[in-house]
Amino acid sequence: MAVLNLIPHNTNFDFIGKRKITFSIVILSTLIFMGSLLFKGLNYGIDFKGGVVMEVRMPTAPNIQHLREQLEPLKLGEVAIQEFGSAQDLMIKFENAEGKSNIPETAVNSIKTILGDGVEYRRIETVGPKVGDEMVHNGLMAVLYALLGILIYVAFRFEWRFALCAVIALGHDCFLILGMYSLFPLEFNETAITAILITAGYSINDTIVVLDRIRENIKRCRKITLVEILNKSINETLSRTILTVVTTFLAVLALFMFGGPVIAVFVLPILISMVIGTLSSIFVASPLLLYFNVKHGKALDEEEERIAKSLETEGRYEASVPKQFADDGVIEG
Amino acid sequence: MLFGLSQTRKITIIATCVAGILFCLPNMVSKELAEKFPSWLQNTVSLGLDLRGGSHLQLEVDLKAVNAEFLSNLLADVRGALRKEHIMYLNLRVEGRESNPKLFFDLKDISNKDKISNIIKKIDSSLLTEVSEQGQVSITVDPIAAQNRSKLIIEQSIEVIRRRIDETGTKEPTILRQGNDRIIIQLPGVDDPQEVKKRLGKTAKMTFNMVDSGAQNTGHAGPDSTMLDYVRGGEEGGRKIAVRNQVSVSGEDLIDAQATTDPQSGDIGVSLRFNNRGARKFAEISANSIGKQFAIVLDGKVLTAPVFREAIPSGVASISGGFHTIREANELALLLRAGSLPAPLKVVEERTVGPSLGADSIHDGRNATVIAFLMVSVFMFLGYSMFGLFANLALVFNMVLLFAGLSLLQATLTLPGIAGIAMTIGMAVDANVLIYERIKEELRAGTAALAAIEAGYERAMTTIIDSNLTTLIAAGVLYEFGSGPIRGFAVTTAIGISVSMFTALSVTKLVTAWWFKNKQVQTLPI
Repeated sequence: MAVLNLIPHNTNFDFIGKRKITFSIVILSTLIFMGSLLFKGLNYGIDFKGGVVMEVRMPTAPNIQHLREQLEPLKLGEVAIQEFGSAQDLMIKFENAEGKSNIPETAVNSIKTILGDGVEYRRIETVGPKVGDEMVHNGLMAVLYALLGILIYVAFRFEWRFALCAVIALGHDCFLILGMYSLFPLEFNETAITAILITAGYSINDTIVVLDRIRENIKRCRKITLVEILNKSINETLSRTILTVVTTFLAVLALFMFGGPVIAVFVLPILISMVIGTLSSIFVASPLLLYFNVKHGKALDEEEERIAKSLETEGRYEASVPKQFADDGVIEG
Repeated sequence: MLFGLSQTRKITIIATCVAGILFCLPNMVSKELAEKFPSWLQNTVSLGLDLRGGSHLQLEVDLKAVNAEFLSNLLADVRGALRKEHIMYLNLRVEGRESNPKLFFDLKDISNKDKISNIIKKIDSSLLTEVSEQGQVSITVDPIAAQNRSKLIIEQSIEVIRRRIDETGTKEPTILRQGNDRIIIQLPGVDDPQEVKKRLGKTAKMTFNMVDSGAQNTGHAGPDSTMLDYVRGGEEGGRKIAVRNQVSVSGEDLIDAQATTDPQSGDIGVSLRFNNRGARKFAEISANSIGKQFAIVLDGKVLTAPVFREAIPSGVASISGGFHTIREANELALLLRAGSLPAPLKVVEERTVGPSLGADSIHDGRNATVIAFLMVSVFMFLGYSMFGLFANLALVFNMVLLFAGLSLLQATLTLPGIAGIAMTIGMAVDANVLIYERIKEELRAGTAALAAIEAGYERAMTTIIDSNLTTLIAAGVLYEFGSGPIRGFAVTTAIGISVSMFTALSVTKLVTAWWFKNKQVQTLPI
């Protein structure tokens, strides 16, 4: 036996019976995020709006307030200066002035002059606003294409009802991540789009495992209700769900803690989205099946009987194969 | 045959793992040692600009300006042609978008209606003319020709950019077309792209000058000529040519240059086409200089120096003889076309990563990946004891094969790519978790050890394939839509997950089979 029996088995939680409560929580949280998106909007980064990001390492820890005053006369609009990783490292950010389409090259040069000598420029990014527009468009299209591709695959491998439930759950996850960027104003940039797609990738992986077990149990257990089948399937896969989310979470947590400040910003939303993606398989994708009239129990028995009958009819038809074929003899296993 | 592992399958699994270690090796050893390996074993993972440091520039080619110029030339040409043919017209006007303009005019005399098509075709064969019964003429540009024109402009721009960047001595620049009107330049190791940008902004000077034959014979420059280097096919042979300082025709007047093959003789040549001004000047000098040599000079270097065989009044000339291959002719044509930038360039995006940040990122990324690996391994061992160790061994091979795959595909590893590797570590063990949970379930249901293992692998298989393929769809989309660094993430995740399907299923199965054969246990340590 394993050193530690970490994960419980033979659990019998009633995940589906409390769906009124869980659905309410899902809907409420979705509404909160929707409200935030509508009223607060997204905190677009310079990837989307166009602007400048500079990461600099100063020879000595600078006085940020003093620096801010020095940059004031440049009239760059709102310049964000913050510590980045250590007291010596600074991140300086500002957006392109409205209506200006050119990269503010002179601005970068003036900042360099003010910062003086001995400064190491670790990263300088300047993005024109047009590039940003394309990124928003491409990003949205990417998320839509991913959802569509997954919908088609799942519909092909399972059936359309399962595909729809999976994709609704997936859309819910993507939306929640988007809302999170709005509610806890995180900078929405290209990595944010990536985080959403990673959420989709991870969440669908998890959802498929649960749906796969539901499909199996629907075929196997004809005497119990669909609610019971769903509960049984979720409970049976629960230990796997927990183990996998823990291993992946641990791996990403290592990135968050030890991967440096650039990676940390990238993986923080992914950490959160893993939890959301796992929960949505249990509390969104699975219970949704109840509302899609999935054939199970008696209905499935009857349908199989009907299919069996129609096969029999075909069998009769087969019996009247032309003689020349019958003459070729038969092979039997 | 334990667990359905035939001898061939066992050998395949082992061979794959050994090959993985082999192709991974060049990444592990020092550069000097790796260079001693045979050439097929020299591929290593290449690092993205965000890790090795460097500059990434995105340029926009101003096709609008080119289209506007094309249109104004077209208007002038149409006016000229109609005047020459003494055709009276009214309301010459332009409609439609700049990229796809339409020219309209009304004929004063409807009887000219049948001639129009031919007259317009003569200006440019890609022009399509329609004449209505009432004598209204509409001229459009063949959309395919227009598209080709834009494509040619981008190609020329890339060629000019490449030449100018090469001049700066930047190593391994990557210059790529992006979308319809963008060019991406990647300059590894360049932490201040000012110099490159300055060069790109410069307009190269191309001129057509006569050769000073007197000075050429003596080998010393005359009073009004200069000795210039002669470069052919990019090589400087040390030959010098005495070129007159006076510019006969400006390079700006050259509209097009194309490699040609004479359909009868098969002779290879380069055809030149000048605009009206250029044609007039070219006609003048060629008429006065039959038998004399002239030089095409680009940025102070002679590209070619042919001899006028006859007067060339039409503005269309052909340089022939002296080309051995069509490639040679193509190169010259390209250089001639690329002489000056065909369209203004604008920097729309610029990302520079200094070498220290890149080095820090590699360092941090490596640490984080190792820690992720250790945490997951420990967790798997705690969860599944002996079988957890099998899964961890599979995870080692997952990493080995991932790096082998990255090396073989010459994929670029980026900072998000490192994150992808750590993600893979977390997700790769999922396949084993699925299998082991199945085995546990079977054992609980009272199945015997051997049968439980077999059932576990078999029944988890479809789940593993379905869940991983859907994740691969998301990774594929990410690759298609993402920019450079993000693509790195898609690549590592996609390879990592694909490999995990092999390592988690085959490698662990093989190890489990060996172990089971030697131990013959009744209860499984899982």
